[in-house]
Amino acid sequence: MSVRLRIIAAIKQIAEEQKVRLPPLTDDLTLHETGFDSLAFAILVARLEDDLGVDPFTISEEATFPHTIGDFIRAYENVPA
Amino acid sequence: MSPREVFALRDHLGADLESRTISDPRHGVSLATLTAQSCLGGRSGELNGRSVLVATSGQLLAGLALIEIDGIARRMLLCPPDLQAEHLSCIIADAEIDAVVTDEPARFSACGVDLIVPVGLPQSGTGITPTQRASEWLMLTSGTSGVPKIVGHTLEGLCGAIIGDRPVPGKAIPVWATFYDIRRYGGLQIFLRALVGGGSMVLSDPGEALADHIARLTARRVTHISGTPSHWRKLLMSGSIDGFAPRYVRLSGEIADQAVLDGLKQAFPGASIGHAYASTEAGVGFAVNDGLEGFPATLLGEGGGAVDMKVVEGSLRIRSKRAAHAYVGCSAAELTDRDGYVDTGDMVELRGDRYYFVGRRNGIINVGGLKVHPEEIETVINSHPDVRMSRAKSRRSPITGGIVVADVVLTANGDPVRADAVRNEILAACRARLAAHKVPAMIRFVPALDVTPAGKLARTDA
Repeated sequence: MSVRLRIIAAIKQIAEEQKVRLPPLTDDLTLHETGFDSLAFAILVARLEDDLGVDPFTISEEATFPHTIGDFIRAYENVPA
Repeated sequence: MSPREVFALRDHLGADLESRTISDPRHGVSLATLTAQSCLGGRSGELNGRSVLVATSGQLLAGLALIEIDGIARRMLLCPPDLQAEHLSCIIADAEIDAVVTDEPARFSACGVDLIVPVGLPQSGTGITPTQRASEWLMLTSGTSGVPKIVGHTLEGLCGAIIGDRPVPGKAIPVWATFYDIRRYGGLQIFLRALVGGGSMVLSDPGEALADHIARLTARRVTHISGTPSHWRKLLMSGSIDGFAPRYVRLSGEIADQAVLDGLKQAFPGASIGHAYASTEAGVGFAVNDGLEGFPATLLGEGGGAVDMKVVEGSLRIRSKRAAHAYVGCSAAELTDRDGYVDTGDMVELRGDRYYFVGRRNGIINVGGLKVHPEEIETVINSHPDVRMSRAKSRRSPITGGIVVADVVLTANGDPVRADAVRNEILAACRARLAAHKVPAMIRFVPALDVTPAGKLARTDA
């Protein structure tokens, strides 16, 4: 499964657990519009770290937290392996 | 009225001394021997009025030394097995130690104390010194970091919850055991209960496998036994309890949740099961024997007995004759507030007519500014029938600072094929009973969880 698909799957899993109704996950959807709160994002980042072996928001000092779903996925895709 | 009686352990050993013993895996010593023979080569007189560090390699010699020295020394500092060498000089200075009783004299040859008295098994032809005074009993706190604090007790205070527990005439002599080390408060309570309460004492040994320990407890016909919930969970997991049938099972030192109480009830159907609240500083607060977690709110207040309790800012405060009288040392903090209450640092929550322990004040996990006690999560996880024990902890998060994750040990009959189903059931229980930020973001199944030398779940990773 690609990084993108794994991230989408993790988001859907957490939405189900947190009883969040997700809008369609397009790249230009802002993270705010997903309905996730900071706890849901914290869980997402931790699970992706276990799944993908990387946490792009802790590694990089100047990393700004992404604005959209597309930014979020790119943050994972652009991490050097 | 006559002057107050000097309270020394040797004068309160009670009757039947011939048939009562203190034993470990290698030796058994009858109390009758202890009243006639010295374990200090007849040198206890040299310790008259001294401040004595009791530092032995095992529990048996420590126990024998305490019985012989109490009533002679000015004070005795009971050295726990895991005292770090770099803390020794500080403790010797703070407690004004001027004598050491040990079976490892070489360890103390350079500690700056001149009088070192070797301790061993009692020898015939040696005598003991008669009672001179009431000795002070010093213990060390079992905190995980920094120099341990020295806590001052009297034997009378230490025995405050015991006096009156005389053996019932015609009933068999109680035989006490504990998974604790008797050089800590929880273990010392049991040692004193055995001696002052007319019984025998079976000591634990760190080198002994659990199955061998239980076989020895069974062979010694142990009737009363205590340990922390972590000790008991370990035992329940081991499947080693066949044939062991104590009459009284006691838990203390950590939160006793309903799952471990129910597990013990099932494993020991003939036993009464009680959980006690005690700490090195506050002494024995109370015991709960109704089989339920938490304690009745009616225990709070004054004048209910020897112990006054209140809850301030969520933490349990205790004022009691059984509490320590002070921290000892030049930079020692105040032990109590102005009204004489010890702040235990144990946080409680009132639900209905019962208080429930929710955790330690300094163990709080911070999830985006919201506070979480790991213990309240563990209580929910442990309520799953396939779970033996668990540890909730903080995992750092770039978003909320921390999130809650949990390590879980399944019971022996837990089917590994069901792991995913069990995980989902645990999470469902957590979601039903806990706020969202307290639900573990991840659950990991592990074969075992570390337990500290004090018998408590290790909450820091090495």
